[in-house]
Amino acid sequence: MKFKTLLTSAAIVALSAGFASAQDDSILAVDGDVIKTRAAAPAFAENLDTVYSGWHFRIGETQSLQMDDFENPAFVFVDQGIDLFDKVEGSEGKACASCHEDVADFAGLRPTLPRVENGELVTMENLVNECRTERMGAEPWKYTGGQMTAVTALIGLQSRGMSINVAVDGDAAPFFEEGKDLYYQRVGQLDMSCSNCHEDNYGVMIRADHLSQGQINGFPTYRLKNAKLNSAHARFKGCMSNIRATPFKVGGDEFKALELYLAARGNGLSVETPSVRN
Amino acid sequence: MAKGVKPRVKVPKSAAAGDVITIKTLISHKMESGVRKDGDGNIIPRSIINRFVADFNGQNIIDVTLEPAISTNPYFQFEAMVPEAGEFKFTWYDDDGSVYETSKKIKIA
Repeated sequence: MKFKTLLTSAAIVALSAGFASAQDDSILAVDGDVIKTRAAAPAFAENLDTVYSGWHFRIGETQSLQMDDFENPAFVFVDQGIDLFDKVEGSEGKACASCHEDVADFAGLRPTLPRVENGELVTMENLVNECRTERMGAEPWKYTGGQMTAVTALIGLQSRGMSINVAVDGDAAPFFEEGKDLYYQRVGQLDMSCSNCHEDNYGVMIRADHLSQGQINGFPTYRLKNAKLNSAHARFKGCMSNIRATPFKVGGDEFKALELYLAARGNGLSVETPSVRN
Repeated sequence: MAKGVKPRVKVPKSAAAGDVITIKTLISHKMESGVRKDGDGNIIPRSIINRFVADFNGQNIIDVTLEPAISTNPYFQFEAMVPEAGEFKFTWYDDDGSVYETSKKIKIA
């Protein structure tokens, strides 16, 4: 009996050693500006000591793509975002740029989203579509579509390097709690929760790849596997399909609450938008 | 003209005479291979960039023939020796006859 206990603890030690080695010590600098990819975990993330950006879990070639804006393939889509930002659409004859003259004015927005406005949790996608329907008289964009991710990447880019600082108290508290419940809720045929991979096993291999902590500070992110920008909700949907669960609706209340909780877990990391992952 | 085509190049602003510099180029293009079929089983016509040329002060540096297996948004990185101040000119030729051009000046420092 005692021997068995000893074996178990030996196994745990071996496993923890595995965790420590997976995320590397590299420093992410984009054109000379250092981006904070590790930080002390916020107090409510009680099972983590340090939060790491997903960048640390990628191989050198993928990491280096993000260190030069010319080589970062996401900038093809950011350029599309610039064109969309200036494009007049809808019954009011307006473009985004008609009101928001300089996109750089959005610096500081991305680190605070999602946030609560008038009792409702709003994401950047909600804000963009609200402008399109209420002020431009245009059709809303598809929540995870290419036009939406191009523009959210452009807006997010303005805050690159700023620390994520999502409010979790006050009005946001009930949404935060809902997100936390979802994070730890086992679902699907494989009966897994987010935490099983991204908290208990980050740094170890899943198929041919390292599991990250599931931080969303770099979204929308360019994925090498599908050669386009991916929004956080599209990624949540992919994760849920992988564990053979029925995904929640993108842009729905569940994913928005989860987005708030995940964003808050990364409080202290820098905005990396648009990041490159595999 | 194919939609959303935009050439991009990165060339240092200045170099010492005789320096070898690295040039990076990227053009956003869907590079439709011509072997894919649409939902009804009809072949989607080929639409690729079939040639890329870079010149310096009228002298050719590189001339590339592209084939259908080259993926979306072709990226080229190459080196060139800069003997004097001048202008790099980059040209991409599309299957549909369009020609996309961009140029970058370089100074001798």
